[in-house]
Amino acid sequence: MSSCLEFPSAALRSSGLAALTTVAAVAGLLFAASAQAQGPYSGVGRAATPQEVAAWDIDVRPDFKGLPAGSGSVVKGMEVWEAKCASCHGIFGESNEIFSPLVGGTTAQDIQTGRVARLNDRSFPGRTTLMKAPTVSTLWDYINRAMPWTAPKTLTVEEVYAVTAYLLNLGGVLPDDFVMSDKNIAQVQARMPNRNGMTTEHGLWPGKSMGNEKPDVRATACMTNCAPEAKLASFLPDFARNAHGNLAEQNRLIGAQRGANTDQPAPTSRAATAAALAALPAAAAAPTEGKQALASLAKNNCTACHGMDNKIVGPGFTEIAKKYSGRADAVAYLAGRIKGGGQGVWGAIPMPAQTLPEAEAKMLAEWLAKGAVR
Amino acid sequence: MDHTSPPSGRLLKAPENFLDADGVRTVFREARDGRRDFIRRAFTTAAAGAAAVVAAPRALAQANLVSGDGDPHILNLPAHSTGLGLPVVTDGYGKPSKYETNVQRRQSPGLTQTTQASVSFSPLQSLFGIVTPSGLHFERHHQGWWDIDPSQHRLMINGSDGTLLKKSMVFTMDELMRLPSVSRFHFIECGANTGMEWGNVAVPTCQYTHGMLSCSEFTGVPLKLLFDLCGVDYRRARYVLGEGADGSSLTRTIPMELVESGEVFLAYGQNGEMLRPENGYPLRLVVPGVQGVSWVKYLRRIEVGDKPYGAKDEAIHYIDLMPGGLHRQYSSTQECKSVITTPSGGQVLLDKGYYQVSGLAWSGKGKVKTVDVSVDGGRNWRAARLQGPVMDKCLTRFTLDWTWNGSPTLLQSRATDETGYVQPNTAQLRAVRDTRSIYHNHAIQSWLVQESGEVKNVQLS
Repeated sequence: MSSCLEFPSAALRSSGLAALTTVAAVAGLLFAASAQAQGPYSGVGRAATPQEVAAWDIDVRPDFKGLPAGSGSVVKGMEVWEAKCASCHGIFGESNEIFSPLVGGTTAQDIQTGRVARLNDRSFPGRTTLMKAPTVSTLWDYINRAMPWTAPKTLTVEEVYAVTAYLLNLGGVLPDDFVMSDKNIAQVQARMPNRNGMTTEHGLWPGKSMGNEKPDVRATACMTNCAPEAKLASFLPDFARNAHGNLAEQNRLIGAQRGANTDQPAPTSRAATAAALAALPAAAAAPTEGKQALASLAKNNCTACHGMDNKIVGPGFTEIAKKYSGRADAVAYLAGRIKGGGQGVWGAIPMPAQTLPEAEAKMLAEWLAKGAVR
Repeated sequence: MDHTSPPSGRLLKAPENFLDADGVRTVFREARDGRRDFIRRAFTTAAAGAAAVVAAPRALAQANLVSGDGDPHILNLPAHSTGLGLPVVTDGYGKPSKYETNVQRRQSPGLTQTTQASVSFSPLQSLFGIVTPSGLHFERHHQGWWDIDPSQHRLMINGSDGTLLKKSMVFTMDELMRLPSVSRFHFIECGANTGMEWGNVAVPTCQYTHGMLSCSEFTGVPLKLLFDLCGVDYRRARYVLGEGADGSSLTRTIPMELVESGEVFLAYGQNGEMLRPENGYPLRLVVPGVQGVSWVKYLRRIEVGDKPYGAKDEAIHYIDLMPGGLHRQYSSTQECKSVITTPSGGQVLLDKGYYQVSGLAWSGKGKVKTVDVSVDGGRNWRAARLQGPVMDKCLTRFTLDWTWNGSPTLLQSRATDETGYVQPNTAQLRAVRDTRSIYHNHAIQSWLVQESGEVKNVQLS
């Protein structure tokens, strides 16, 4: 055993000597190089070319530093919107299916005051983008860098101006005939409904340039006979105990605690708790066809546009299954539609071509043809 | 607490037919009677301090039973004691035991409408110590994740105008990894962690209440070093913008002070290996103490500027709605917070007796100084033990000995950091920020251990 170990260590020793010699030689070279280059880390990094900076430096600040010259009309914006934005955001920016609504909740009065009154209305559901955004530069920058969601940074400068203008037109901020440009964007800023709705007077900015560095909530570390909060104010109702799946399957199977078997009603005694755990299946079953399909649908984001049983943008999976399961060529047809996209069968909004592997498309097609069973 | 011989609180495995006749009758009776008022009753019992005694089947009162000659797991040698095991490199990258498959990061159903603009939560209830295994690190993507070829990844540093630095520069990953590095343990917490719980209890377990929290040893280059190479004008450039290379190209403004202090660095390493793709491979910003959105993933560019940027994730998202309708903008610091991870919501205790209460505490303003634990709903508190090392802007593990007497019990933890800041309770936090902030909820968490042994997420007020 020991001779077995000696051989490689001897080899290491000799290579170590060689390495020392090399280090000395390299150190000499570095010294020579650093005499020419500036700073301690010669040879690391290089100057960026102006074209490289222009390609990546796309941010637009609230003072419009970084905003490219150009313009776009509300009318043009509507065209771009309906082609590239409406499938997720809705024709009027009102859709709540895929993202939170962009438009709604602002008034002509808000445009005057720069404060969105509905932010104080607790009965108003949610907060739209136009209720929040204080700066038009942010909208421009957001659309330019991150939209459309599946093909970001593909809009032209004119299209970004146009879509920004159209969005504000939908919100009643800009008139129908408006053409927005780098020249008049400051006037648009002066009409932003929530332009006066932000504060930096808080203690959560870790620098001296903004805020006040003071915590807003002060508690004390009382240790004995403290005044506790009075009552149990909120807990998860029993009907929701399984809303996050069976918690027994979300906890380790060994140790001081187990997860509760939430497939069963809440137990009222330790004996009932134990009985519920004893009733758990011995092991999770191997993934079924349905589980595989559901995982694939989630992974490929099919579920953003298709509900299980209901139409979102495109038809529900069980609706598709019902329509095609009788057809002899259902698998080939559906696999082709998944890969290649299509339009007209279920409505005007087209389904784009999908990039998933052939085998996965076929697996999904088979699952659909067999009735889309979960 | 008697440290020498704590009463047993360990669980009994639950084989079939382990209930005696009384136990079976109890189960059926309770199923028949229903339990509508149980929670209210359980809590009033706890408040009154009365220990409700449950007549548990005798088999549950102690674990590790012996009958006959002894435990068959001892008496009959198993296959792994009498056979040959697996060879080396059966798996070139080892995985957790197959018995650990329940320990997964998970989505909260219904929280988001797409899976690419979404969140997965770390299983805090199943983790030990302070380090999050890289495969269980929480995820937050704004436009999906990518596995980027590091040989083609570049970092650019420039200025909002040319006068804020001597030269704009480009670095390859080879070059960044050649430079002097630091390795530091830090927590990362999403600003929206616990955001679902502002108004009321909404989720069952600490995975979902607090699981947008992870902690790793990160390795990388201090940003100050690169700024010095570029000749940044620190007097005028007081703001720093990080930008990602992915579709959302997320940007956030951070203050130059955090760069000057040497704290901010560009990480390529995470827990001894490269960053995971879901966490920004090959390069991400590390901004200790600041909410996760500022730790830009797939980092492609850093800009120094003389004004903040009003980016999408600091003017439309990640803004905190306050009473009166104003939003807080550029809120960044994660204040002092803690949570008990075991026992915690959705878990069960099958027996009375000794348990170790264990949890995590952290502060974006420095080290955790103390953690106190209450087992009576906040009337009395005991100092917990802190497991070392206690590090700056890093998770700290705390533990406390506790014997469960079988009656309903409210467990809470309260952390204090080295600035003296004390974690507030729900009522104290809501008194200032109301319930619509979404972000920066660092209130004390309450878990109710019910008579049944099930632990429930509850809020007091």
